[in-house]
Amino acid sequence: MPDVKLIAHIRGWVDERFGLQELAGSLKKKTVPHHKLSYWYFFGGITLFLFGIQVCTGILLLLYYRPSAGEAFESVQYIMTRVQFGWLIRSIHSWAANLMILMVFLHMFSVLFLRAYRKPRELTWISGMILLLLALGFGFSGYLLPWNTLAFFATKVGTEIAGQVPVAGHRMMVFLRGGEDVTGATLTRFFGFHVAVLPGLTTLLILLHLALVQKLGISVPPSVETQWKQNPRIARQMKFFPNFFLREAIAWYLALGVLAAMAAIYPWGLGTKADPFSPAPAGIKPEWYFMFMFQTLKFIPSKVIFIDGEVLGILLFGLAGGIWVLLPFIDNGVRRFGRRIVVGAGVFAVCYIVALTIHGYVAK
Amino acid sequence: MANQDSHARRRFMEILLGGGFLASLASFIYPVLRYLVPPAVADLGADEVVAGKAGEIKANGSKIFRFGTRPALLIVTADGEYRALSAICTHLACTVQYRSDLRQVWCACHNGMYDLNGRNVSGPPPRPLEQFQVHVRGEEIIVSRTRGA
Amino acid sequence: MDMSPSRTYLRSLCLLLTVPWTAGLCRAQETDTCVVCHGVLDPPYQVTSEQFSRDIHSQKGLTCAACHGGDPTRTDMDAMSKSAGFRGRIARSQIPALCGSCHSDANSMRKYNPSLRTDQLSQYRTSIHGKRLVQGDSKVAVCTDCHGVHDLRPAADAASNVNPLNIAKTCSRCHANADYMKEYSIPTDQFTKYGTSVHREALNVRGDLSAPTCTTCHGNHGAAPPGVATVQNICSNCHVFQAQLFSKSPHQEAFNAARLPGCVTCHSNHAVLHPGDQNVGTGAEAFCTNCHVAGDAGSVTAKKLHQNLAQLEASIKDSDQVLAKAESSGMEVSGARLELDQARDSLTKARVSVHSFQLGPVEQDIQNGLKVSARTMQAGNEALGEREFRRKGLAISLIFILATMFGLYLLIRQIEHTTNEEQT
Repeated sequence: MPDVKLIAHIRGWVDERFGLQELAGSLKKKTVPHHKLSYWYFFGGITLFLFGIQVCTGILLLLYYRPSAGEAFESVQYIMTRVQFGWLIRSIHSWAANLMILMVFLHMFSVLFLRAYRKPRELTWISGMILLLLALGFGFSGYLLPWNTLAFFATKVGTEIAGQVPVAGHRMMVFLRGGEDVTGATLTRFFGFHVAVLPGLTTLLILLHLALVQKLGISVPPSVETQWKQNPRIARQMKFFPNFFLREAIAWYLALGVLAAMAAIYPWGLGTKADPFSPAPAGIKPEWYFMFMFQTLKFIPSKVIFIDGEVLGILLFGLAGGIWVLLPFIDNGVRRFGRRIVVGAGVFAVCYIVALTIHGYVAK
Repeated sequence: MANQDSHARRRFMEILLGGGFLASLASFIYPVLRYLVPPAVADLGADEVVAGKAGEIKANGSKIFRFGTRPALLIVTADGEYRALSAICTHLACTVQYRSDLRQVWCACHNGMYDLNGRNVSGPPPRPLEQFQVHVRGEEIIVSRTRGA
Repeated sequence: MDMSPSRTYLRSLCLLLTVPWTAGLCRAQETDTCVVCHGVLDPPYQVTSEQFSRDIHSQKGLTCAACHGGDPTRTDMDAMSKSAGFRGRIARSQIPALCGSCHSDANSMRKYNPSLRTDQLSQYRTSIHGKRLVQGDSKVAVCTDCHGVHDLRPAADAASNVNPLNIAKTCSRCHANADYMKEYSIPTDQFTKYGTSVHREALNVRGDLSAPTCTTCHGNHGAAPPGVATVQNICSNCHVFQAQLFSKSPHQEAFNAARLPGCVTCHSNHAVLHPGDQNVGTGAEAFCTNCHVAGDAGSVTAKKLHQNLAQLEASIKDSDQVLAKAESSGMEVSGARLELDQARDSLTKARVSVHSFQLGPVEQDIQNGLKVSARTMQAGNEALGEREFRRKGLAISLIFILATMFGLYLLIRQIEHTTNEEQT
């Protein structure tokens, strides 16, 4: 049996230096609004949890992965076939990446529809949008790292599209590719982005995001707010520790179970090694989270008045993204139809994304 | 009575949670620990492979070895030079062999012949055999191929 | 050449209209006024300078006069002066001799390309075409029919009519034309049949230039059908092992006695289809049953041969399936795949040794293959075992995870039950 006196002694020692009691105190007081829609609060935590999984599995993969065009594919093959449980680590990393991006979108849309971006949480929303962008960046850069045919051509097409941005496009493309074409230099560069640049930025922004959430508390959806204003007695708060956290722990364990099952039953494929000199295979598709944008570009006619179709598509998405970041300022409680605009845009976005993603896979 | 019941339930929950938690933790940590131990074979088998040991093959002899996922042929010529070629016949993909009596590479399936540089000299093969580079590093014979980036 | 007045008028008009602006177009190495007029005439007189520039003779500096005579330095009708040796249109029966006047002369050819052969004319004279031409049949092929004229390209040029890839089509221009070949007593289905063959597939689809086309077996200049007694020699040029085994087999004597055309008896001459195991044995598509009756010694051997081949093929297929299953679950079986290729090698060898028409050699190859296939099957099963291990491991960890989740749920209930109790 552990010595109670010893534990108390150690706790006191650490507390004298770190002020743990204070920290524990403030954490004990942290609450989460308890209402019908409280389950939506899980999505932020799950995204963070999956990010943690990515960091851990990513670091493990780093022990064996070799980021050069001549060895990348073989090193991933090595991990999948020779390293003990390498298949598990790699498949979890790939599946969790997709799951994380799904969660990030669900988190963003739930915040949107529950209107948690309202004052004073505008910065939380903006930092969240940047985090979403970084997550997509993680997905795009990580996808290339196995250096297989699909990834090679998807990267080629993706950076090509980036190069269509007016004015800075070409320079951006050369910056991303590390040259005019997708080569081993691109791989090295993407590797640098994926394991150093993006994690660094993401960590900073997560800290900012969490600090803001901690400072400002969890937002209550407007419908619940009105109810509670009318009837203060039914307003309930749940303690974060241990109640909400235990519930989140169940969700996290569920995610772990799902990941383990996917990794064991549907291991992530390897494909064939990229050959820059062979022609692109038919039907190159991006990963599902880019599919809706990719399909949109296909629908835009090649020339609209005097603007090139692809450029128009990119500008439209850029505009949409910009508006999305500024949503808290559209629905700022002052403008008359602000709320309607945002909710309308949200519904439209969800439908659009889902429809075009499905279309991308179903259409010939 | 109710207290004993709830006490028993509490015990059950504690065991379930504690046991489950520790067991699940172990099921996560065990693979990670095994993962950290590097496998016996460190070689990726991609563009470079150890084909054999110096002195293993006599002059005018050969050895079939595995290069990545394909068979390859290591030849020691009568003069003691090393040659390495792909062992897949360019006709219908049979595995070729070195004929010390003919001093050429021969495919037993349809009598295809290649010279020691892999050039198809007679029979049905339409293309030469892919050539690889051979270097001797200490005791080991390394066969490699250059790939475009 | 008879010329109607309107034609003459047309010619003069053309000259008047075209000479001023075509004179500048003249780029022949030597002055070649012939194309100046003939470039703007209608067929069959039309030879444009663009067309003639593609001709190998023109590229080597020869002019129209080299074959047609005349004086290319003079303009209008003077160019076609008889005194300058103008021959006009060459009669078909004269064409081989005309071409041969340079191409059979080694001294002459040495000036242009010493490595070109100079026996085409003498070979041609031994061919069916050559013999019939001498007898007065002008329907047979002469040099220009196959090689083209005025835009003649060397055989190595992919656009040449006599490039290996195009030869069958060139021969078929006459030999597949039932009307044209009416008076000759030979079939006209060779091109269609060849179109179904593996040889054409190898040549035109896979681009294997070593695959045979018409001229490979019939000869090009000395074109004639190979005889029944000798066609086997031709097949054996490429299919060495099969021919060697066949000549030592009991079939050789029997076929000689029956005057059967060797390989062609079973494999056909033009419609050489891809042979399969179904062609050996006593089944519906077997060649053996063409001669052998059920129950005779040959038929018994044939059946056993077929069984052997089928056995190895089935074994390879089973191993392949197991390996594929393992691969699709993410298992590493590349080593086993490599070994399975060796089993396939053995099957290929067995299909060659079938031509000995004896069980011994075939069974040897089959046994080798079966041994390898068994090993790879084992490797595949081991890989599937690993797959099972993973799923079992998953199941165990899922049990722990579910236990923990349930435990957490109970803990929550317990905490909130007590808090609720405290509250109330």
